[in-house]
Amino acid sequence: MSGFPRGRTAIVGVAVTGIDSKPGFSAIELLAKAALMAIADAGLTPDDIDGVFSTLPEDPFSAMSVPEYLGIRPRVVDSTRTGGSAFQVQAMWAALALEAGLCDAALICYGSNQRSGAGALVRSGGIPFPYEALYKPRNPTTSYAMATQRHMHQYGTTREHLAEVAVAARKWAQLNPDAFARDALSIEDVLGARMISDPLTVRDCCLVTDGAAAVVMTRADRARNLPGKPVYLLGAASATWHRNISTLDDLTLTAASEAGPRAFAQAGVTPAEIDVVEIYDAFTINTILFLEDLGFCPKGEGGRFVTEGAIAPGGRLAVNTNGGGLSCVHPGMYGLFTMVEAATQLRGLAGDRQVSDAKLALSHGNGGVLSSQAVTIWGTDETL
Amino acid sequence: MSASLHPEAEYAAFLAEGRLMLQRVASTGEYVFFPRVAQPGSGRSDLEWVEASGEGTVYSYTVTRTKPPAADYVIALVDLVEGVRMMSRVVDCDPAEVRIGMAVRAQPGEVDGAPAILFAPAAEARR
Repeated sequence: MSGFPRGRTAIVGVAVTGIDSKPGFSAIELLAKAALMAIADAGLTPDDIDGVFSTLPEDPFSAMSVPEYLGIRPRVVDSTRTGGSAFQVQAMWAALALEAGLCDAALICYGSNQRSGAGALVRSGGIPFPYEALYKPRNPTTSYAMATQRHMHQYGTTREHLAEVAVAARKWAQLNPDAFARDALSIEDVLGARMISDPLTVRDCCLVTDGAAAVVMTRADRARNLPGKPVYLLGAASATWHRNISTLDDLTLTAASEAGPRAFAQAGVTPAEIDVVEIYDAFTINTILFLEDLGFCPKGEGGRFVTEGAIAPGGRLAVNTNGGGLSCVHPGMYGLFTMVEAATQLRGLAGDRQVSDAKLALSHGNGGVLSSQAVTIWGTDETL
Repeated sequence: MSASLHPEAEYAAFLAEGRLMLQRVASTGEYVFFPRVAQPGSGRSDLEWVEASGEGTVYSYTVTRTKPPAADYVIALVDLVEGVRMMSRVVDCDPAEVRIGMAVRAQPGEVDGAPAILFAPAAEARR
């Protein structure tokens, strides 16, 4: 008995905006635009929102500043800071708060102007860890590069396998008019790109873009009376094993291997049943690691699993169908975009990149340096 | 020597003396790194500082590429024989020669002027 209210809450509105990274907007302005679009998509008005789950990278007090900006006086607020997985964690809490009647309409929202904001790195990393910071790692890249190196050493994963991930993401992005990077990209392009931190080239690393996303959730009974097709939350779980990469026991095994099975158990489904997989791909190794840890292939087989276009359009598994953090959008934290894309696919509104007959979708969030792992599983009404 | 008062400050003071010190649980002999007020998991607080052997192997690494004139540098995770892992840099060798599993030895040094424990290939390490 997981206690999770399977299928009792649903996404009723979604939005993304700002991916084109045109300068001039602050982070909270981008967030507000996405939030208002999602609220309108749900057929609601800001007055209807009484639960606000917000994240602004540089604002530790977004739980107050976002309601203030939108003119909402929420009954429930939250600004979980687990990095890019915060949104999946928030979906879990939102479901429980909705189920308990603590709130009736929950807004989960994020915004960042990381690219256009004078090129300044968004400082969302928290307090430097003295036992690592001393050595000047360039995190997060340093940590992911060492995980990649270790995966290659233990399992024979190759740079070509990593490049397959980048190319698959780009091919999906080419089907998504909102995606930031849509020009052609080949395996050779990735292998020949500028090395950043061995073995990762600049094409193994996510984009730096602006972007904002939002979703609105209500209880399922209300969702059925709203204009859009509800996307039901079937399971949501998170796990946290570390913050800094030097304290993770095995750099090839993440807490997603714990969160995933819990979320699947709540949902009562298996990885083989999932139609659409939205993984937090900050680096090419992420997709490989998380396909393994979430049970889509055996541990160590992720590199071989993605070869020959297996996760590209037309492949055996639809992974990161918006183009992912690698080719669609990565504004500091990408997690909420995996949820929007999962919902968009299940609503059948994904246009050229629509996965036919999609009924079950997984939206994964990754925070820190493989640190916080959170998994949500969503379904259409046929899965209830 | 008790490590129970100011683990972070005491470790920094050891570093400034060029010493790699680890915490050890007096009652069990287990080592703890990074320094804490209690052993992670058990909460045992009978911690004492002991000098590390300095012997370790490279668990993983990456060559951090830089723009000239800055030199590329190797960030590594080093597994010490005491059973704990720490981040450091591998120095005194060509970055292209660093390998997972490579034996390394600690030596005092600095990074951008700050005192640090670095690691060099074991055969070439200075004592």
